[in-house]
Amino acid sequence: MPGADKETELSERIEAFLSELKRCGSGAGSLRGSAETARETTSLLRRITAQARWSNAGDLMEIIRKEGRRMTAGQPSETTVGNMVRRVLKIIREEYARSRGSTEEADQQESLHKLLTSGGSSEDNFRQHFTHLKANVIEAINELLTELEGTTDNISMQALEHIHSNEVIMTIGRSRTVEAFLKDAARKRKFHVIVAECAPFCQGHEMATSLSKEDIETTVIPDAAIFAVMSRVNKVIIGTQTVLANGGLRAVNGTHTLALAAKHHSTPLIVCAPMFKLSPQWDSALQELVLRSFCFLLPGEILSKVNAHCPVFDYVPPELITLFISNIGGNAPSYIYRLMSELYHPEDHEL
Amino acid sequence: NITDSDPDGRLTVTDKDVKLQEIALAKNEGKELTKEEKQRLRKEKKQHKKNKKDDKGPPEKEKEKEKASVPAPSKPATQSPAHKAAPAPVHASESAAAAEKPAKSKAELRAERRARQDSERTSKHGKKEGGQQSASSKPKATPNELQPVVKRLPEHVQVDDPAALKKLAKKLERQQVPLRSDYGYKVSLFSHLHQYSRKSPPTLQISIPATVIHPSIVRLGLQYSQGIIAGSNARSVALLHTFKQVIQDYSTPPNEELSRDLVNKLSPYISFLSQCRPLSASMGNAIKYIKKEISNIPSQCKEEEAKGKLQACIDSYINEKIILASEAISKYAIEKISDGDVILVYGCSSLVNHILCKAFEKQRKFRVIVVDSRPRLEGREALRRLVKKGIRCTYVLISALSYILPEVSKVFLGAHALLANGYVMSRVGTSQIALVAKAYNVPVLVCCETYKFCERVQTDSFVSNELDDPDDLIVTRNGKSHLENWQTVKSLGLLNLVYDVTPPDFVDLVITDLGMIPCTSVPVVLRVKNVDQ
Repeated sequence: MPGADKETELSERIEAFLSELKRCGSGAGSLRGSAETARETTSLLRRITAQARWSNAGDLMEIIRKEGRRMTAGQPSETTVGNMVRRVLKIIREEYARSRGSTEEADQQESLHKLLTSGGSSEDNFRQHFTHLKANVIEAINELLTELEGTTDNISMQALEHIHSNEVIMTIGRSRTVEAFLKDAARKRKFHVIVAECAPFCQGHEMATSLSKEDIETTVIPDAAIFAVMSRVNKVIIGTQTVLANGGLRAVNGTHTLALAAKHHSTPLIVCAPMFKLSPQWDSALQELVLRSFCFLLPGEILSKVNAHCPVFDYVPPELITLFISNIGGNAPSYIYRLMSELYHPEDHEL
Repeated sequence: NITDSDPDGRLTVTDKDVKLQEIALAKNEGKELTKEEKQRLRKEKKQHKKNKKDDKGPPEKEKEKEKASVPAPSKPATQSPAHKAAPAPVHASESAAAAEKPAKSKAELRAERRARQDSERTSKHGKKEGGQQSASSKPKATPNELQPVVKRLPEHVQVDDPAALKKLAKKLERQQVPLRSDYGYKVSLFSHLHQYSRKSPPTLQISIPATVIHPSIVRLGLQYSQGIIAGSNARSVALLHTFKQVIQDYSTPPNEELSRDLVNKLSPYISFLSQCRPLSASMGNAIKYIKKEISNIPSQCKEEEAKGKLQACIDSYINEKIILASEAISKYAIEKISDGDVILVYGCSSLVNHILCKAFEKQRKFRVIVVDSRPRLEGREALRRLVKKGIRCTYVLISALSYILPEVSKVFLGAHALLANGYVMSRVGTSQIALVAKAYNVPVLVCCETYKFCERVQTDSFVSNELDDPDDLIVTRNGKSHLENWQTVKSLGLLNLVYDVTPPDFVDLVITDLGMIPCTSVPVVLRVKNVDQ
């Protein structure tokens, strides 16, 4: 039966995606950027919308929520998956509301008056059937995909507004967004970049070679020298893994030290992060440890007697951050909560 | 009545008269003074000879010595900038000084002479130390007066100045010490510093057997340049032991005095060692001490006796300043360690390791977190020593600092040198640890012996530092090393700093053998030490 085939094909794809996520997390598979993950998640969700069996918006949301929970469970630290799921849920809600004819603003604002007068019946159940809902949702997801494809370019276009000539810019580790940002600015301006290598995986080396190929003056420094050279740095530009709901960051380890050093020297800290990295999570306690990295650093008989820690992420509080540059422009960290309320519906914060 | 100097630059008649008069006076006050006068005479002869060849250096030296010999600050003539006409003001002030002398009483003259010799002695040591061509770079204020001193930049921070490089090359050639060439592309911020490669040690260019440089010095230099001996205390102790060997093998040539000749012999050795690796502050202080001891040997002392005395001096220096000092510091530091503490240490500091081992022996219950950093990874050595003792340890890299700090109750750091403005010069990364510890309100204690206190001042880690081999940063991960061909890429530079300076507001306490002091009391200790000496 064609329906069953489609279903099995769909579940196969979901399984493949899940295993890919798990493998990427453990580092065995090829390392993927978050943009790729976001795009793949969104296309998978579009496929689910197109091929799964559902009759009304509520069903669809259930299906997507279920798949979303499975996907985020596969790799909890890869938050873009969950973010995209929430975006799609919000899209479904919007399309449903539009089909029903009610205005969007009324639904969005949870004013005190509305809460009191409606008496808790703002819950719609989403049970009404609309014929064009599927097409509308798929079209909206396509728009989301286009937006995702253009994020890096949108961010790089703002580069010249933030980098002047003969600046010394510091960055840490490897971020594709920051790389594109700096390369775009280098087309018109001359500046110097200092890259902290970010042990033990030393992704900074890749970043440095890639930047120097574009004729940008690059210097690689070990992590220990961050504070020593900070006094000559004009700006710190970093990427991040996740932007948290309070405006803080979950970024690669060593970023907190970098942020503290920048604060001490009153150097602006600029974070280049596309909007799909914005996550409604608040818990900075989630931490991932990688232990296998130490087998090449310590001899065996000592390693057996000590505890070795190698965290992957750092939490950076919002007070240390000066500016967020995203595909929709520049924002202060105090504005992040507002952007988040536009992207996700509060009920979707917990999948 | 200033007569011109005759063609071969001898002193004029007036000068000689003054000198003879002074020598006559001096003879009444003891033999040592005569020796000093003779030395000065000899030196001045050399100066005038050099005047013919090299214009810039000697007149300034003259100015220095003149300043030393005329201590009254009210002589502006001596402080005028050195010109080719320098000999004229020199002679003018000397004759003026001669005219003044009869007016002063004998006691004043004696005090004046003492002060003059003190500062001359230090200026002479300063000249020989660290292989500089010009006069003292580490001037000591005489106890009674604070003279305005003209500091000479040490050579190793003047790499971007071609004139200074040429001077150095000439001097090394004269001493028959090989000149080491820089390696690789230097980051523009640090073009004033040397950057050597470990693969090309300076010993490659020395003939074997070495005629000018003692073989144990060659061995020591090689050990320094390859990083076999690393760490402030280890380097100083190795240096002192090697000097003992040198003194043992030394024999005074005929017609020479041990006290003068030995110091001259040490000069090329020190140049060679600083070519292998720039001298540390502790080594500088040790060398100053040795030179002072050597020049204090009375001339009637027999050679064997003198050598024995010097070796005993060196032994007592090591014992007092390093071994006993670390015992004293451990005693103070153990008071600061309580049961249940989680102590964070960085890299491998022999003193901090000693403190922790002693505290463990005294049955304190604590655990240690060792923070390490690339590319040296010295923390592994500290980890090995602590684990061998049986202390519970945790190991992290410096990028995990924010992760591990909430657990920590105290931070113990070692120091390479303590500067006169209260800044702590230590391994690169120390200032970072102090910064983050401050942000988490964890107390930071620095442990440092007093012989590492240094009169330099510095506010950032750029002006005076050491650049290590840049190839150390290259690493292979997942079978790929991205930086392997960094030399071929034009715009890529690797920076491997060795030291950095920590501002005093990050440091809560400095534990020294004199007690527990705040960072800002370092100049007080230096002054007390100077008065003692």
